Amino acid sequence: MTAIPDTSDTAPAPSKAAQAGAPQIKPPLRERLIETPALLPGLTFLLVLILWETLTRAFQVPTYVLPPPSRIVEGFGAVSFARWAEHVWSTFRVAMLGYVVAIAVSLPIAIGLAKSRFLTRCLYPLLVVIQSVPVVAVAPIIIVVLGTDDAPRVVITFMISFFPLVVSMTTGLMATPPELIELSRSLNAPAYREFTQIRIPYALPYIFSGLKISITLSVIGAVVAEFVAADAGLGYFIQFSTSMFKLPQAWAGLFLLVALSLLLFQIVTQIQKRLFPWSLPKETR
Amino acid sequence: MTLAPPAISFQDVAQVFATKSGPLTALGGVNLEVAQHEFVAVLGPSGCGKSTLLRLTSGLMMPSAGQITVLGLPVTRPREDVGIVFQQPTLLPWASVEENVVFPVKHTKGRVGPAHRDRAREILETVGLGGFGKRLPGELSGGMQQRVGIARALFLNPDLLMMDEPFSALDALTRDEMGYELLRLWQASPKTVMFITHSIPEAVLLADRVLVMSERPGRVIADLKVPLGRPRSEESLRAPEVQEFAAHLRSLLIKPAKPSPKPEAA
Ligand SMILES: Nc1ncnc2c1ncn2[C@@H]1O[C@H](COP(=O)(O)OP(=O)(O)O)[C@@H](O)[C@H]1O
Ligand SMILES: [Mg+2]
Repeated sequence: MTAIPDTSDTAPAPSKAAQAGAPQIKPPLRERLIETPALLPGLTFLLVLILWETLTRAFQVPTYVLPPPSRIVEGFGAVSFARWAEHVWSTFRVAMLGYVVAIAVSLPIAIGLAKSRFLTRCLYPLLVVIQSVPVVAVAPIIIVVLGTDDAPRVVITFMISFFPLVVSMTTGLMATPPELIELSRSLNAPAYREFTQIRIPYALPYIFSGLKISITLSVIGAVVAEFVAADAGLGYFIQFSTSMFKLPQAWAGLFLLVALSLLLFQIVTQIQKRLFPWSLPKETR
Repeated sequence: MTLAPPAISFQDVAQVFATKSGPLTALGGVNLEVAQHEFVAVLGPSGCGKSTLLRLTSGLMMPSAGQITVLGLPVTRPREDVGIVFQQPTLLPWASVEENVVFPVKHTKGRVGPAHRDRAREILETVGLGGFGKRLPGELSGGMQQRVGIARALFLNPDLLMMDEPFSALDALTRDEMGYELLRLWQASPKTVMFITHSIPEAVLLADRVLVMSERPGRVIADLKVPLGRPRSEESLRAPEVQEFAAHLRSLLIKPAKPSPKPEAA
């Protein structure tokens, strides 16, 4: 008997050609609108902006309450491009440093927690306590202790963004099917390869959801730090502008902040998509 | 042959687990012996300790009491010459079929040479998956995935093959097909097989000998030779003495209180 290809449970997929030959039936308009990329969200944004502009003008809402979008766009012109770049760079730098530190600290902690129940019993309550400390409230103390350069701001960013990373990484590292761990043990392989070749790749979907949550948190962390003590950065700029009642430029700063957050989130998403497509749920590949 | 040590031997092996509700005796005094190149099916109700038996043989855990030897040596840790096939295919979803097959080498040595890749392709060919080496497991059917799992277990050409209900997650047709396929592989390259199952037809089709286990705490309550020569076919399975043998197995599994002639519920 020669090898038989397994046909019993593989239904042949209908080919493209066969589908093209079928009578053309269009799905309902509603379905097509939903499936068109970027169409519905784009339209919604546009509608919100139009409503915002017309309503604030119609009701003559004072700009310190809510400036119309057109005034916010003007607000971008209140400060030179170089100054904007400086603020964005400052926030970006602190957010990224805090993020990288958070990743570097949480991976070994997560590996420890996944490997040892003993360590979990010792460390986990402590981590929860740290997470429960309102960082905004300790921020002034951290600034006093660490001075006024990047260090305290990076620490504050780290404190805000690291917990979701530890939780998602630990969950991921524990999610490996036990049979794969048994396979690893049955091969008498060096113990670290259980992590490098099985557990960490298996944890990637979880790690990436943590990375996505944490990257936006790290931007928030940087802004919180800038609220407390800074002489540059978008958080500093928004606070400063608000205190001077220059609301349109504060809103412009806020828009940039949101754009920065979205951009960083997209970068993480794209890294996952390009390098680890199998770690995404099937329908989003 | 009589001088060769048995492939597997259990002497009064007991396994007790510590659980929240107190100690749980999974195996209560198991004695068994499997000769080299013998195909033995271990048949028992679910939860009777079959997987525990397999883990003990594989050296993945140590018995609470008793002696286990594999090829004449006491089991102290997993051995390279024992291959395991799990109930689920247990593949790395991000690695291609070929990467999964060479995984035992990659995992122990850190890298894979061209000779290993050739060997992987050869094995994939014999399990009927030539040409599928570059696919990802997710693109294959359940039956094909389990073939990859078998190919990986055979990759290091083990003397012992441990199979823990390997076909129970498959549909009935695929399961039969895989059974014949396994017999073909086993005849082409003889090795000792311990095949765990809770399906009577599967045990009868595949094994030289069937060890029947009791409910927990698991013991071997019967050790029966399958009255069938080889090679086996659909037809040979229909012989009256084989039917009688299957009925006898059923009566051992189902409590004597109700000797119902119901067909086996797999
Ligand atoms: N590591 C373990 N810790 C505690 N109990 C276990 C462990 N492994 C198995 N058991 C228990 O031992 C019994 C036998 O399990 P198992 O060998 O998996 O049975 P089977 O494979 O025959 O279904 C079950 O009741 C199971 O809950
Ligand atoms: Mg089992």
